[in-house]
Amino acid sequence: MKNRLVYMDNGATTPVREEVLEAMLPFLQDQYGNPSSLHTQGREVRRAIDEAREKTACVLGADPAEIFFTSGGTESNNLALRGTARKQASAGHIITSGIEHHAVLEVCHDLENEGHRVTYLPVDRFGRIDPAAVEAAIAPDTFLISIMAANNEVGTLQPILEIGTLAREHGILFHTDAVQVVGQRPVNVNDLPIDYLSLSAHKFNGPKGVGALYKRKGVKITPLYRGGSQERKLRPGTENVPGIIGLGQALELAAAEIPYKMEYLTSLRDQLIEGLLKIEDVILNGHPQERLPGNINVSFKYIEGESILLSLDLQGIAASSGSACSSGSLEPSHVLSAIGLDQQTAHGSIRFSLGRYNNEADIEYVLEKITPIVEKLRQISPLHKTD
Amino acid sequence: MYNEKVVDHFSNPCNVGELTDADSIGESGSFKCGDTMKIFIKVEDGRIENIKFQTYGCGAAIASSSMLTEMVKGKTLDEAMHITNQNVADELGGLPPLKLHCSNLAADALHNAIADYRRRLEPDYTD
Repeated sequence: MKNRLVYMDNGATTPVREEVLEAMLPFLQDQYGNPSSLHTQGREVRRAIDEAREKTACVLGADPAEIFFTSGGTESNNLALRGTARKQASAGHIITSGIEHHAVLEVCHDLENEGHRVTYLPVDRFGRIDPAAVEAAIAPDTFLISIMAANNEVGTLQPILEIGTLAREHGILFHTDAVQVVGQRPVNVNDLPIDYLSLSAHKFNGPKGVGALYKRKGVKITPLYRGGSQERKLRPGTENVPGIIGLGQALELAAAEIPYKMEYLTSLRDQLIEGLLKIEDVILNGHPQERLPGNINVSFKYIEGESILLSLDLQGIAASSGSACSSGSLEPSHVLSAIGLDQQTAHGSIRFSLGRYNNEADIEYVLEKITPIVEKLRQISPLHKTD
Repeated sequence: MYNEKVVDHFSNPCNVGELTDADSIGESGSFKCGDTMKIFIKVEDGRIENIKFQTYGCGAAIASSSMLTEMVKGKTLDEAMHITNQNVADELGGLPPLKLHCSNLAADALHNAIADYRRRLEPDYTD
């Protein structure tokens, strides 16, 4: 029992599926050709990349020509935001939210330094962005709205249909960072007024270091790099072939199991939330229903997140925290601050993020271990008063 | 990130709790990351006869509090005043750089407790 390992940090990354690894291996071995080469070896690899692109497009309801492979979510976000900003004739206005991933926020800060104006919309206590606030923020020179499909920390789903519709009505481009959603919930660009969407393979049991940007046909952006004609010149450089093959395979497999996995993970999620809330002075962060199927984020009052994480790790449980002490920045998470948590409650937050390999026994194990951990740390804490 | 000794002091901290008959209580904290430490001392013949702590903070904060209480038990107040946060970190076999200034504040809490004790009980004491 001592050596039991329970991985509940799937929001950070997921293990690569066996089938995905198998699909990738030939491209690390015999299928080494450069897809840009004319010879047989090259053409074979080109065909495999085309196939991965088709699979990716098919899952998203896109055209293969609208899929651009990148090195991951961060690059996709950079490409969409910077690439669009650079296409503007003069400085303009961007709308985003205060709870975006750093891969959007930091780019926005850069764009501000380059002369653009950025509105960072607030969220309610559940972490939801109000579409009316988006509309109110629209200025005559707003050229881009970027709102994440779901928050990575608290799991809150955003009303991207409403926001995208508003963007379209006003003739503004709409980007969504869907890194946490693709492979977990259905996403179809035919049903959603999205102009760009970022995704990352390692969030749905694919390999790290590869992602994609969906860019709707006709939308023009300036590439970040100059080089060859790969990815239709939007992302030059010899393709990460094994990664791209892995992405296509992982996405196809993930999409096929979404209906089942959503229900399964939601049920496990709600069991864990229910069990955690039975502990005294625990609060749920994020929205009770409108959240990612595998996301649980709670704050344990009077104790600090890193010490909880460390205690969990000693029991073989992998989770993450919005606590400053675990982030290396000393600042509590910007997301937890944005939903209105005081500093101390933010420091006591833990995120458990479930994936396809978790089961009911894992939930029971975590609940069995967490209770004494919290009790012990509270006994040490001067902030917790026992009667 | 933490060495074995730190993890051990974190997992099995020594001298946790309050001293109901404490002669002095000292606190320290980091405004930036919110860590808070409280040290209770019982003094007998100028020596720290008993010591307990309460800490809110990360693993390093808890481990350094535990380590400090072990280091100063039985020491004279003068000796205890000479123990620095760095001594505590060294005794633990080192702490990650980021934690050195943020979570390693137990010696400060102890010094505050001793200074307060002396101010009250040693009429000729000056800080």
